[in-house]
Amino acid sequence: MGEAIVITSGKGGVGKTTTSANIGTSLALQGKKVCLVDTDIGLRNLDVVMGLENRIIYDLVDVVQKRCKIHQALVKDKRFDGLLYLLPAAQTVDKSAVTPEQMKELMTDLKQDYDYIIIDCPAGIEQGFQNAVSGADRAIVVTTPEVSAVRDADRIIGLLEKQKNMESPKLVVNRIRNHMMKSGDMLDIDEITQHLSIELIGIVADDEEVIKASNHGEPIALNPNSKASIAYRNIARRILGESIPLQPLDEVDKGVFKKLKKFFGVR
Amino acid sequence: MKKRQNVTIKGTKEGLVLHLDDTCSYEELKRELDQKLSANSRAQDERNLISVKVDVGNRYLSEEQREDLKNLIRQKKNLVVDNIDSNVITKEEAHRKKAENEVMTVSRIIRSGQVLKAPGDILLIGDVNPGGTVIAGGNIFIMGSLKGMAHAGCYGNDDAVIAASSMKPSQLRISDSINRTPDSTISNEKREMECAYIDDDRQMIIDRLQVLIQIRPNLNRLEGGH
Repeated sequence: MGEAIVITSGKGGVGKTTTSANIGTSLALQGKKVCLVDTDIGLRNLDVVMGLENRIIYDLVDVVQKRCKIHQALVKDKRFDGLLYLLPAAQTVDKSAVTPEQMKELMTDLKQDYDYIIIDCPAGIEQGFQNAVSGADRAIVVTTPEVSAVRDADRIIGLLEKQKNMESPKLVVNRIRNHMMKSGDMLDIDEITQHLSIELIGIVADDEEVIKASNHGEPIALNPNSKASIAYRNIARRILGESIPLQPLDEVDKGVFKKLKKFFGVR
Repeated sequence: MKKRQNVTIKGTKEGLVLHLDDTCSYEELKRELDQKLSANSRAQDERNLISVKVDVGNRYLSEEQREDLKNLIRQKKNLVVDNIDSNVITKEEAHRKKAENEVMTVSRIIRSGQVLKAPGDILLIGDVNPGGTVIAGGNIFIMGSLKGMAHAGCYGNDDAVIAASSMKPSQLRISDSINRTPDSTISNEKREMECAYIDDDRQMIIDRLQVLIQIRPNLNRLEGGH
């Protein structure tokens, strides 16, 4: 039996889809069988970020409305040898086309065949959110170091705590700009975790490479040289139960700085 | 032997007291009350209103019956019902009264969009995050930090207080007074161990927790405060 993990945030644009794609990719890199499920019906994105858009034949709504079998709708990612699949959202209907009960049933079916099911949740707290969380066993809340994102994360955590059969959610702080955090212009990571008082499972620095990679349809996690990639891979390993210390943002910077200094011959 | 009277009228310092027997049927009682009061009103002819207390002993009266009795007595020209006193209350009312006098202890974080409400006092072991709300009929004591909204004495109790280990509320309400944090507060200013109350000029005051000892001595439950 696999595990279904929902990636949610409340606020839009904090990086749910990117996080879903990269955690899924990283888990597949660890040799797990992963299925990504996009529940943002009507505004699907995950297929684009994964670069699988033009292979979609059937979608999630076709599956729950029994127009096709699950395996017909699943899009296989050729980069992984049968380890990573995507169940895309429908684009032509809206979120009311699916009910939480149907999602629960779908998750139960998928859990038979996959180790991890990563559910990409839409923004908001309406039906789309209810659909996405109804079949999940665990939740990861993504936030950025902004007051508005943290406020919405707080609301979402409150709603997640009400869900039955769900573990306490974990936190990912995304898009960290180290210099702003240091100068106090951005919320501190400690401040955020203290405020939300849930367990921190990962921090991801703001990295232009992430945007580039997404636009090319290649999750950043596939590129082992990027800071963000390592952060996502670490999150995946923490999901698997390994205990890995958080990567200190400072030292990474110092390292780069030192390299630069060396490059310019400054002692 | 003469039948025992169901209605007895007694005069006290405060006025007349009607003792209504609690063993007879309600209909019987009403009939006798009507008779007795009619007889009475013929005897005296003053225009002054006399206030009457009604003691119904161990009889439970529904709201309708109370109104009924009040009307019956009011019809007798110069009698006005002050109150109806009964030894019995419904379970529902008893539960409500108990809840109003209880301290509800809650151990969790009140997050954005969540509302914690209690008819009596609230003791919260945890924080109130921005966007979260705590409403109490009585006092509110928060062991963590108050960053959201707190409303004490929500049924109109001006004596209610709000106390918090860290007082950084978005808004405070006591009874019907509303107070919000000034726009120009320094965000990292420490607001520790503070309380809010309404003073004699109906102004909301935020002060050190210790002032409550003088201002609200009735917070002490040990000495029979409530």
